[in-house]
Amino acid sequence: MSKTRTENSGFWDKLANQPSTDEFIKGLWRDNPVFVQVLGMCPVLAVSNTAENALAMGLATTFVLLMSNILVSSLRRFIPKQVRIASYILIIATFVTMTDYAIQAISVDLHKSLGAFISLIVVNCLILSRAEAFASKNNIWRSFLDALGMGIGFTFALFCLGAVREILGNGSFFGWMLFPDNFQEWIVMILPAGGFFTLAIWLLIFNAFKARKARS
Amino acid sequence: MTSASTTYQENPGASSKMLIAMVGIGVLCALLIVLTYEGTLPAIKRNKAAALEQAIFKVLPGISYKRSFEWTADQGFRELQGAESEGPVVHAGYNQEDQMLGLAVEASGIGFADVLRILYGYDPQSETIVGFYVLESKETPGLGDKIEKDDAFLANFKALDVKLNSDKKTLVNPVVPVKNGAKTQNWEVDGITGATISSRAIGNILGASTAEWLPRLQQQLNSFTEKKMANE
Repeated sequence: MSKTRTENSGFWDKLANQPSTDEFIKGLWRDNPVFVQVLGMCPVLAVSNTAENALAMGLATTFVLLMSNILVSSLRRFIPKQVRIASYILIIATFVTMTDYAIQAISVDLHKSLGAFISLIVVNCLILSRAEAFASKNNIWRSFLDALGMGIGFTFALFCLGAVREILGNGSFFGWMLFPDNFQEWIVMILPAGGFFTLAIWLLIFNAFKARKARS
Repeated sequence: MTSASTTYQENPGASSKMLIAMVGIGVLCALLIVLTYEGTLPAIKRNKAAALEQAIFKVLPGISYKRSFEWTADQGFRELQGAESEGPVVHAGYNQEDQMLGLAVEASGIGFADVLRILYGYDPQSETIVGFYVLESKETPGLGDKIEKDDAFLANFKALDVKLNSDKKTLVNPVVPVKNGAKTQNWEVDGITGATISSRAIGNILGASTAEWLPRLQQQLNSFTEKKMANE
């Protein structure tokens, strides 16, 4: 029994030190696609007006990112470099279309609330950048971990913005009213300007935290 | 000379490789899309039908069941057999005593982002619109989508006046959208601040649809009750 525990702890230590684990973790924090790389700003600013929309868009983007990274990595030896960008966009557009159908099959209401932004996942530069910068040069397992980390990091960032904007702009969280009836909503927070304000504040907090950590 | 043309000269097989790669990926992607479409189609149809059914019960308060009627120019309204229809469809709602309480009509038009599809309930006795629901919308979340959520805007459709003239061919007062707070008459649709274009689009869609459909419905009102009696 104790031998098994020792073997297990050895396995986890080994896993934590694997270079592939770093591929997963970097997207969550060190190279967060929104707070560090400032990529995919269109959906970040447009669909982060409520926590629910932000979470749904984050998960849809994560799915497309995962599947496109896996397929690009699988086909990387067969795609000539001259047509690689066109091929990647074709692959990404395919998974976005599949996501669109899947969301319609899951819930008409969710599809209604995300509106045109599902189709716009195609032009999210985060997905194309991971295909070009990572998946086209690495094996399937590493590409999978990279996409998973980046997708979760993107969803986390979108959720941070969506939660703040919904609480201040609507006085609710996931549709649940948080304040008394006399609460005056900050309408600006659900307008496009509110997206910029919230993003700026989150970037400030994120960078201040990083600078403090670097100093210590 | 461009790098692409240099590549062709250095390696004549490069263009065929590109062609094979693009065609191969295109075929693979098409296959994935078709499989997903075929796989999700039954669920999408089921969800849309369920959403439409729920919407009919929302726009026609108090009904117990509904029947759907298809419109054709030569035969007028006749009860829809099966789920597929060739022409426009109108849904009639009945109470438990088989009395027709109202008619649900679909309408569509251009909104701010894309086409808006709506369903509204019409009470032929009081000649008012008694309910409204947005079936399909891609309006901006948080702004344009207020047409579905704003209580003050939805209050427009509790008893919107759509009376017909004595000849039953035109509306006495066509439905028109007005600026937020400017509504003074029962046939006006009060707009929404922050969703001006979307709310005005709803007013215009309703104006066009009521002008086209309500005379037709009033003239053939018997179709919805007679056919029920025939079924009995």
